[in-house]
Amino acid sequence: MAVSILYFAWVREAIGRDGETLEPPAEVRDVAALVDWLAARGGGYAEAFADRTRLRCAIDQYFVDFDASILGAGEIALFPPVTGG
Amino acid sequence: MSVRVAVQLGDFDIAAELARLEALGGGGVASFTGIVRGGDGEHGTLAALHLEAYPGMAQRALDDVAAQAQARWPLLGLTLIHRHGTLRAGARIVLVATAARHRGAALAACGFLIDWAKTRAPFWKQERFADGTSRWIEPTAADVASAAVWDASAEHGRP
Repeated sequence: MAVSILYFAWVREAIGRDGETLEPPAEVRDVAALVDWLAARGGGYAEAFADRTRLRCAIDQYFVDFDASILGAGEIALFPPVTGG
Repeated sequence: MSVRVAVQLGDFDIAAELARLEALGGGGVASFTGIVRGGDGEHGTLAALHLEAYPGMAQRALDDVAAQAQARWPLLGLTLIHRHGTLRAGARIVLVATAARHRGAALAACGFLIDWAKTRAPFWKQERFADGTSRWIEPTAADVASAAVWDASAEHGRP
């Protein structure tokens, strides 16, 4: 199923785009697997997703952990820890 | 309860925002303004601070933080405004203001709102230096610890 994936801050810069619509294979069921699948594309993806401790995720605009299911997700965002305020 | 939460590019009028809260009939209004720090930082002379936002989620996350504050303290009103875009040294970034019948609730809720906004709203700061280089700011352990204090007090059943 196609899902919209968004990137922010240095994740966006490393990948070179702010988002894309992708269709992960059926075996990619959670955020951790999605990140592995994206990192396997190499280049900026591998760079952005090299250190998962520096990465956070939101599904449909709510923070989730890496074991969260992506089934039924409409929008998945991958980004560094937030630094606003 | 009068709540105003906004994510915006433009500046805000602090006097007008506080006047709105002062008119609610309480005994005190507390506020915090976050400002782009001036002078030479650790990594160079700052030309500007760029704030990137995840627009839809930023508004929703700040709404959630505001709702938490309302659940924890007897507030008459609150204002939470967070800017994004490119800001110069001295520019205002964020305004938190609270109104309550007594100062304790207003002051505590004000501290809570900024601590949680810093760790729970999707904004990212990038320092842009005079020499053309830039650097994404890393979250500090102190920010995480400040936000966690409020988690601990919730576990003890106190606001």
